[in-house]
Amino acid sequence: MANITRSPWLLHYDGSSCNGCDIEVLACLTPVYDAERLGVMNTGDPMQADILLVTGGINSQNQDTVKQLYDQMPRPKVVVAVGVCACTGGVFKDCYNILGGADTTIPVDVYVPGCAARPQAIMDGIIKAVGIFQQRSNEYKAQVKEKKKAAKKGAQN
Amino acid sequence: MSKWILVICYILLAPFIGGLLEGIDRKISAKMQRRVGPPLLQPFYDVIKLFNKETINVATAQTFLILTYFILMVLTGVMFWAGSDMLMCFFILSTAATFLYFAAVVTSSPYSSIGAQRELIQMMAYEPAVLLTCVGFYLAAGSFNVGDIAQTSVSYLVYLPGCFVAFVFILTIKMRKSPFDTSTSHHMHQELVKGLTTEMGSKNLALFQVTEWYENVFLLGVIGLFVVNTNPISILAAVLVILAVYFLEILIDNSSARMKWQDMLKITWILTFFSAGVNLVVLMIMK
Amino acid sequence: MAVVPFLVLFPFCVSFVMFLTRNSKARAALAYVCSAVIVGAALTLLVQWIMGGCTTITCYADTELVDHVILGAELLLMVFVTVLCFKYRKYWISLLSIIPTMLIAYFELYGPEVEECDHIYIDHLSILMVLIIAVIGTLIIIYAVGYMHGYHKHHADLEDRRYYFFSLLFLFLGAMFGFVLSEDLLWIDFFWELTSIISFLLIGYTKEEQAIHNSFRALWMNLFGGTALAIGIVYFGYNAGTVSLHALVEAGVAGKVVATIPVALIAFAALTKAAQMPFSTWLIGAMVAPTPSSALLHSATMVKAGIYVLLRLSPAMAETTTGTMIAFIGGFTFLITSFMAIAQSDAKKVLAFSTISNLGLMVACAGVGTPETIWAAVFLMLFHAISKSLLFQDVGATENCLHSRDVEDMHGLLFILPRLAIFMFIGIAGMFLAPFGMLISKWSALKASVDERNIMLVFFICFGSATTSFYWTKWMGKIISASHLKEKTFRDVTKPNETFSLTIHAVLMVLLCMLFPMLSEVYVNPLITSMFGEAQNVLPQGVLYTLVAVIVVVFAVPVLSYAYSKRMRKTFVLSYMNGINTGDNRKFTDSFGDEKTLWLSNFYFHKVIGQRKLMIPSQIFALAFLVIMLSMILGGVSL
Repeated sequence: MANITRSPWLLHYDGSSCNGCDIEVLACLTPVYDAERLGVMNTGDPMQADILLVTGGINSQNQDTVKQLYDQMPRPKVVVAVGVCACTGGVFKDCYNILGGADTTIPVDVYVPGCAARPQAIMDGIIKAVGIFQQRSNEYKAQVKEKKKAAKKGAQN
Repeated sequence: MSKWILVICYILLAPFIGGLLEGIDRKISAKMQRRVGPPLLQPFYDVIKLFNKETINVATAQTFLILTYFILMVLTGVMFWAGSDMLMCFFILSTAATFLYFAAVVTSSPYSSIGAQRELIQMMAYEPAVLLTCVGFYLAAGSFNVGDIAQTSVSYLVYLPGCFVAFVFILTIKMRKSPFDTSTSHHMHQELVKGLTTEMGSKNLALFQVTEWYENVFLLGVIGLFVVNTNPISILAAVLVILAVYFLEILIDNSSARMKWQDMLKITWILTFFSAGVNLVVLMIMK
Repeated sequence: MAVVPFLVLFPFCVSFVMFLTRNSKARAALAYVCSAVIVGAALTLLVQWIMGGCTTITCYADTELVDHVILGAELLLMVFVTVLCFKYRKYWISLLSIIPTMLIAYFELYGPEVEECDHIYIDHLSILMVLIIAVIGTLIIIYAVGYMHGYHKHHADLEDRRYYFFSLLFLFLGAMFGFVLSEDLLWIDFFWELTSIISFLLIGYTKEEQAIHNSFRALWMNLFGGTALAIGIVYFGYNAGTVSLHALVEAGVAGKVVATIPVALIAFAALTKAAQMPFSTWLIGAMVAPTPSSALLHSATMVKAGIYVLLRLSPAMAETTTGTMIAFIGGFTFLITSFMAIAQSDAKKVLAFSTISNLGLMVACAGVGTPETIWAAVFLMLFHAISKSLLFQDVGATENCLHSRDVEDMHGLLFILPRLAIFMFIGIAGMFLAPFGMLISKWSALKASVDERNIMLVFFICFGSATTSFYWTKWMGKIISASHLKEKTFRDVTKPNETFSLTIHAVLMVLLCMLFPMLSEVYVNPLITSMFGEAQNVLPQGVLYTLVAVIVVVFAVPVLSYAYSKRMRKTFVLSYMNGINTGDNRKFTDSFGDEKTLWLSNFYFHKVIGQRKLMIPSQIFALAFLVIMLSMILGGVSL
């Protein structure tokens, strides 16, 4: 059985931010840092993604969108908040429309600080997320097995 | 007997060969872009991961349509390697492609619907070349049967250079390579998200991926048919030609920008008409 | 063979009674009973013919009286057409009726004494045509009983002239039976004109301005063909001293000069009937008629009369200039109209274009005129008749429910009107999907044209089949897409009699696909033998059986994978719209924060390959080609 961690596919969502972190995320995929050597692909499609990278804060307008994208991702899934805005709201924190970091809307697993976050830090965050991804995957498998057992028992009864 | 061995080999090995070829593709592409690139077995890691994720669907019928697409595609390859009628193979192939179209439109999702419409245009673009290639084989060999076609003393490349060019050209469309990858946009960050495959996730996408591998092996087999003859060494030559063609596709993929579908249709049809068409006219006069 | 005159005369009588029956219940009952009788009579003919050893039967040699009756009827028709032309101020069209009728009348009364021939000719081909007309024709009439009820409910502003409609339909059946069973060219000419005029009357049924305009266009084009037919017949009568169809074909096969011009003219007439370029526009215009008449006349049977004539003439046309002309026009029409079909979103127009396109392929096959191509043409004709009739009826029934026949409005039809959607699916699958009958016929046409080294036709088929599958797939995808509409907005108002006809069509379609190899062996190969003296399987029997196996697989795979996927555990998510769907897959938030409804549409490219852009240039091209070829033929004879 191959290691599930070898193929983390990303979905990148840029919230209410200055776009600095956004550009840094893309920098990870350039030949210099080449995230693809870790099996990373930037899919742009929640149905195919394993890891959701959120940059920028959450405001009242994009809250539903972030939530929907998160819901569309198949389990197991991991969320990484990239940059200080996505972690806490950053410099926008007390603005009238800002709710705060990504964790105000969806459960965040890895926080990558920085303004803007360095590509190295982002890569490190992804690698941390991959670890969590493996863990989630094991949990998910156990869950499925249990459900199957329960279903079988139900059928027998 | 030997044809059944071929068929079993196809069913068992095609996904591995297809996956490996894709791995090589990604590696070579990475080298062309001066980066390290993913490991050779990356496509397999991806597919295994996808199979292990939660099955998500947008419409109920999605999985069943993709599954049909998969089975019909395998059937196409089986018919080809079993040496049966070539035209029939391509007809089943187009039926399979129709099911892929259904799988995409059944969701009523904007991105996958547009991707599906473009897929239809691609089908329209490559179909004449495929049919004319079959006709070319028929003229040269006197039979549509792949088994009979393979029994030749001279490679068909001698008779069918025009058809070969046309077929290699449409192979770029069929393999969803760059100037013509209008329907799935496999390179990231394009206007269609993931095109036709946008609504496919986890198992559905994995199945789609494996089907593509089967299809690629079948198509490369057709390329091989241009080369093989009764001399056993020709098989080696066929493998070399296949690899050369595959490398050419990677090169085209990495060195060209996306084309509009109008241009794709025009260029493909004009090329088909002049290259395969002239080839056929000459062949008809000769034979 | 008393059943033959019965088959022709009985519908005429029914037609007369129908005209007098103004009570709709009585009319419905009458239609059912008479349809049953007609099918019974056709089957009797079939059984009698099989008992007679399936050989060619000719009969009714001496028919002096009937000849006079027919001449009288023809004159009557001429007067009728002339009166209508004057009423609607289309004076010149009346000339197209007067000239040929006068020509025929003069020939019959003052012309040379022609050799007596048998007037009725029964062989494989005519029996096949009789069966198609009887089975499909009566099914369409049964369907029409329910359809016309809904039609008049839906179009309350139109005058209810159903008695007239049904009367015409039965009259048409009689005319068609007469047409395919006749051997005497003068009789053929009469029935030909009769079908043209019935078609004209049915197109003008609603009496709306558009309908009248289109009906006269259909009239002049068909009468123009009729004129060519009459000239051809009279020419042949004067020079050969006989008016027998088979004498003409034999003369043509023997390469006698006397047959060249008549064959060319009659083939030309067949082009107008089969709505080939440049005469395609009348069939498009004919779509204003109520759907049953479109199904019966303009797709399943009447336009096939042109194909029937060409098939009869095909041995005489093989390897002649006429054959080349017909094959080219057919192939050209096949390609160019399939382009135009892509640009249409009106379902009936798509069907019309696809009808013309498929007729083009049949015409091309007949023009090449070898046993192989005729084999393909016969199968094309058979499959096309059934699946097109099914599709037309289904579109009609759908229109009665949806109040629209736009393909775009059929988005998610499978969820709105499941029954009709499934029938539509079967019909469309029959038209193009591997490995249904149409596709196999197309395949054999391709193979035959390669064998004939006809590179033109090979190109037409290769490119044409690509465009054909484009518009059908597009339509099929529309039917099965998840619906835009939330709840059941439309009610299925399809009547039981409509469903009856649709079901039988669908069953016939599937059965024919399954029994395809057997049909080829038992029926179509003898048909080819009787025409050419030799039969040749285009596709070896083994391949045909493999095909049936493949059909079973292609049917079984979706069913099995459906059963499998149903058991799978899956989670449903919203479709991807950048995360801005509101609640379900039908609505999203726009940039102003308002809710917008999603509306998806297919590609049509009507500005690139639409009717407006392509029709006139291709008509001019085809016309120029025809003129050049015809003058070559005429010049070749006079030199």
